[in-house]
Amino acid sequence: MALVEFADFSFKYLGADSLALRKVSASVNEGEYVVITGPSGCGKTTLCRTANGLVPHFHRGYIAGNVFIDGQNTRDATVAKLASTVGLVFQNPANQLVTLNVEKELAFGPENLGVVPEEVRQRVEEIIDLLNLEHLREKHPHEMSGGEQQRVAMGATLALKPKVLVADEPTSNLDPRSAELILDIIANLNKRNGMTVILVEHRLDLVAKDASRIILMDKGQIIADGIPRDVLSMDISSEIGVGIPKATQVYKRLQAKGIELSRVPLTGEELALLVGEAKRR
Amino acid sequence: MIMIEDVHFAYDGIYTALQGVSLQIEKGECVAIMGTNGAGKTTLVKHMNGLLRPQHGRVIVDGADAKNLSIAELSRIVGLVWQNPDHQLFLDSVRKEIEFGLKNLGFTPEETDAQCTQTLKNLGLEGLAERSPFALSGGERKRVALATVLATEPQVLALDEPTIGQDAQQKELLARMLMDLNDRGRTVIVVTHDIEFVIEHFPRTIAMAEGRIVADGSTSSVLSNEDVLERCSLTLPQLTVAARALHKAFPQVSERLTLLSELEDAVSGILGGTQ
Repeated sequence: MALVEFADFSFKYLGADSLALRKVSASVNEGEYVVITGPSGCGKTTLCRTANGLVPHFHRGYIAGNVFIDGQNTRDATVAKLASTVGLVFQNPANQLVTLNVEKELAFGPENLGVVPEEVRQRVEEIIDLLNLEHLREKHPHEMSGGEQQRVAMGATLALKPKVLVADEPTSNLDPRSAELILDIIANLNKRNGMTVILVEHRLDLVAKDASRIILMDKGQIIADGIPRDVLSMDISSEIGVGIPKATQVYKRLQAKGIELSRVPLTGEELALLVGEAKRR
Repeated sequence: MIMIEDVHFAYDGIYTALQGVSLQIEKGECVAIMGTNGAGKTTLVKHMNGLLRPQHGRVIVDGADAKNLSIAELSRIVGLVWQNPDHQLFLDSVRKEIEFGLKNLGFTPEETDAQCTQTLKNLGLEGLAERSPFALSGGERKRVALATVLATEPQVLALDEPTIGQDAQQKELLARMLMDLNDRGRTVIVVTHDIEFVIEHFPRTIAMAEGRIVADGSTSSVLSNEDVLERCSLTLPQLTVAARALHKAFPQVSERLTLLSELEDAVSGILGGTQ
């Protein structure tokens, strides 16, 4: 059974005049790393909110179809109940941090779920270790840089021990190095710890290499779903204005001139490598 | 147009956000300000329209010392678009948001209407004019905040992280609009982490770290300086990475290529395709 399953799901926010999601069907299995992308306003954030029950329990509206998280229908489950299965990280960490120091921030979630104190303490230490937060332990979130805040926000979410990490443009406010660090942490959680990841991101040049799959959305619908090399080299991806990695764009332009590389490159290094290979052939 | 002389600023008098910043931006320039989170970029642009006042040093805008001008007077000259649109939007329709600034600056109802319609069109927001900004997506709200300032056509347009949450097409649209304003003599300043956006559209880059300017010059020279990239937490764009990797195997490829077409031509050259 899929960990996350959208079954012909549609949603319209209360007061809105068009559907935010139109008959979305997709399933995400354990251990996958799925990147969701598409033009602004296409329904990416709504899809994230759907995965942890914020839609329809907090953001109200009209629904059709179903969403199943680890077998539970989100219509019947509360946000609190889903929180231990799906952890959501927002774009702006300041919207998510609520306490006065990092230890308290990490403990806040599990305490609220009624986890026993010894276990809470253990999880806090694990997360501090995992995300390299030791030097921030006693710091107030407002004294931290944006990148540090986002690491803490992600830590607070991971402290709930979710089965799926859903992150909605978690690096868009960060400088490039901090963004890389956060994205590396996410890739490692997936690779080493087998964490299932659903990530919304525009900057595909940074994430395509780590993702196992890309879902492309437009106007509330899924219009492509497959492995990154396939989806990013489809014409539809450039037509709707997705940020195709530059290396992939070079590949497409060369192909149009009759120059074939042996596969679709996703990074600059890979492009150089494939060109070297083609030259030797 | 804007001259900043040895400006210092500390929030709460403790955390020093700017530690002696000096720069000059001429009328009609197109300048990018880049740097680490917390480098002082936002603090700097807030000095340009009087939202913050220097605790030491001077800010000269359009020939006048900014300390003698009110925020209202300064914001007629320098329009600032905030990083977080939610700090800027407060009315219940997109059209009202755009009209608000125009009315306050004394535009007539006819002018207000014309400017509003044109701006909605330029930013691809026509279909959203009667919607509440709060029912829009993050990327759309960002464009509405931009529209409210763009509509007033200030002499200097300063944008704090305008590309956040924008897809490739919106970014292209935004760039075209900024370049169009620039062609019409407006000064454009952006604070951004988006290195590709800067390389493609901004001839001058100011790099900041820890409240100071660490480099100021042509974008190509500033962004190819390893030391600057390191200090400002910037990473090389994918095309430059590709160019450098290609240069190692094929020395005839310049390692400083930054445009898609340049790299395409270089690879065609190596693999002998039809030009």
